[in-house]
Amino acid sequence: MTTHVAADHAHSEGDHGHHELSFIQKYVFSTDHKVIGLQYFMTGVLMGVLGALASYVFRMQMAFPGHAVPGFGLVTPQIYNQMVTNHGTIMIFWFAMPVLIAAFGNYLIPLMIGCDDMVFPRLNRLSYQIFLFSALLLIASFFVPNGGFGGAWTSYPPLASNPIYNQTPYGAPMWLAAVALEFVAFLLGGINFITTLMNARAPGMKMYDIPMVVWMIVIASILFMASVGPLVAGAAMLFLDQTLGTGFFDPARGGDPLLWEHLFWFFGHPEVYVVLLPAMGIVAEVLTVFARKKLFAYRTVLWTAVATGVLSFFVWAHHQFVAGIDPRMANIFTVTTLLISVPITEMSFVYIGTLYGASIQLSTPMLFAIAFIVEFLIGGVTGIFLGASGADIYFHDTYFVLAHFHYTFVPIAVIAVFAGVYYWFPKMFGRYMNDTWGRVHFWGTAIPFNGIFLPLFYTGMAGDHRRTFNHLNFPDLARGDLNFLRELSTVSLLVMLAFQVIFFVNFFYSMFRGKKAPANPWNANTFEWVAASPPPHGNFVTLPHCYRGPYEYSVPGHSSDFWPQNEPAPKT
Amino acid sequence: MAMVQPIATRRSATGIPTGKLAMWWLLGSEITIFGGLLVSYIMMRIMYAPWAEAAAHTNTLAGSINTFVLLTSSLFAVLAHHAAEQKNGKLAAFYLWLTIGGALTFLVVKGIEWTNEIRHGFTITANTFWSFYYTAAGLHGLHVIAGATAMAIVSFDCLRGKNLQRVELVGIYWHFVDIVWIFLFPLLYIAK
Repeated sequence: MTTHVAADHAHSEGDHGHHELSFIQKYVFSTDHKVIGLQYFMTGVLMGVLGALASYVFRMQMAFPGHAVPGFGLVTPQIYNQMVTNHGTIMIFWFAMPVLIAAFGNYLIPLMIGCDDMVFPRLNRLSYQIFLFSALLLIASFFVPNGGFGGAWTSYPPLASNPIYNQTPYGAPMWLAAVALEFVAFLLGGINFITTLMNARAPGMKMYDIPMVVWMIVIASILFMASVGPLVAGAAMLFLDQTLGTGFFDPARGGDPLLWEHLFWFFGHPEVYVVLLPAMGIVAEVLTVFARKKLFAYRTVLWTAVATGVLSFFVWAHHQFVAGIDPRMANIFTVTTLLISVPITEMSFVYIGTLYGASIQLSTPMLFAIAFIVEFLIGGVTGIFLGASGADIYFHDTYFVLAHFHYTFVPIAVIAVFAGVYYWFPKMFGRYMNDTWGRVHFWGTAIPFNGIFLPLFYTGMAGDHRRTFNHLNFPDLARGDLNFLRELSTVSLLVMLAFQVIFFVNFFYSMFRGKKAPANPWNANTFEWVAASPPPHGNFVTLPHCYRGPYEYSVPGHSSDFWPQNEPAPKT
Repeated sequence: MAMVQPIATRRSATGIPTGKLAMWWLLGSEITIFGGLLVSYIMMRIMYAPWAEAAAHTNTLAGSINTFVLLTSSLFAVLAHHAAEQKNGKLAAFYLWLTIGGALTFLVVKGIEWTNEIRHGFTITANTFWSFYYTAAGLHGLHVIAGATAMAIVSFDCLRGKNLQRVELVGIYWHFVDIVWIFLFPLLYIAK
């Protein structure tokens, strides 16, 4: 410990100090929070591409049932189920969570609170390694005999618990073990995030001086930790059901399948807010910088986030309105579910309030941030119909539900993530991404996104059931005259996927050839912009001291329209 | 590769040492895991009265012995912490090994008990009560093994007078393992 006491200022720019690290030490087994953040980002995006390709396969089957999918082949019912299941699983657990929480959390928390690393760097590395292993295990599950698990990402028993029903004796336990390992990775990471924020803040940084994205990621980590425990126990029970033949969830052997649904959704609903809050945080940073205005009602945003977190533990049974729960319980959960829209609405109003009277710069990140609010509102409003048990009985398991939650998850995991990537890219790589191509990518993402899911609200209301493999087999349920909507949705998906190529080219081209960016290209206030771009190992030449809140933009009487957190107040 | 400890690890804005803070958050996450399992068990136990008959076959004597063993080992964990505070690494290691002895005794008793039950046909698939019995006790047993391993690692550091603050951390963890058993014992053994 004594060896490092004098080294508080030793991490100067470009000085990797004591020993030059090999490529493997630096990028594969690094304990540096920035490298681990980028590892999480790249792994998450790669898994996201896999999930998107799965959606290509089953969307083609939905629009053109029975035709071979170009580049894939004929989709059998088994393959269809496998694709749908793993699309959901991957997008939530291996794309949204690693990118929003682990990647941004790892990269931003130490930088934004003004210190050199996470408090437990080796725990951080272990967390990524477990995560990587879980991703590989999930991918491996596609290639075992009988293929990957096809019982939906919710994995309801007895379908999921008994190999006789799900016909994937190896795929199902592997899927479950991969999910459980992913939980372990995020529990370890979460402990690291929480303790880092609590203990390693820069001197002078008080509770209300912490940037909103850091708060949101840490609140999300606490929510995750509090909600996932029962599901870890449930996963152990389901695993024993699958492998040893116990009967926890099998009614034929004295178990109760509803118990799994409770354990799953007690986690599953807070999980929505686990990914929503970091997205809200990213949007708060981008909005304030490009509106050149203080975040309207910082404390309200913070405490509504906390209120959302608390309330999110009392809404889970709205997923089970048709599962045979007591109708009196359905009433209670209808009330709590409708209540939780209050804090979320409040947050959206606060963000719109931030834009009111601001000098808005419509840069690429800002476009994505505003689109997030607009699109997420559609997802929120359609949720009201599903939260009310009366209406939900009709909407349950239709494409209306599917369109609703994609209108929440796509803004969260895609649109907000793009806002964050375009915004922090200059910090991560020291270069700008191309703004023109960024705008093209924005419109090529936002418009087709609505093209995919708006039609599905309508087909859902017309009765399309979301678990149907081939709607031609169910002429009474699925109206044939609506096929143009199904095709519109699929074609929109193809367009949206095609436009992502622009993003990837822009991303990798700019990484090496983009216009060089200074340390603080957006004139932002938070600490990460004090460090060099990209920040060296150890982040800061001199660790910063915090003098004010993160959103002091356009302060009357101040010489410039921003006032960094590390700048001492002028002597008067 | 010896890792240079970052400045972040040595900061303490809350005044609580970072290691201790992380340990409490770890226990928080563990409580939700065991909490979920035990609440599931209690709900089903209330719903299915016939479970009482299955529960009558558990070995209360073995459970009592293990309760005594674990509580005693927790006393040694406290004594180890006390010795560590006095900067007496050797004594702390000695008490840690007495605690590990308790853990091993617990596992041996458990092994004898389970062997007997399995020989009488009460396996994990016998019925849902026994499924819960083996899952809950098994998960707890894994924590006993993990705690004993952690204490062994810390004890070697203690002998060299290093990282004595970690004795308190493994002690906190060990008390948690102990407390989980205090919940399991009445729920699985005493409630008939």
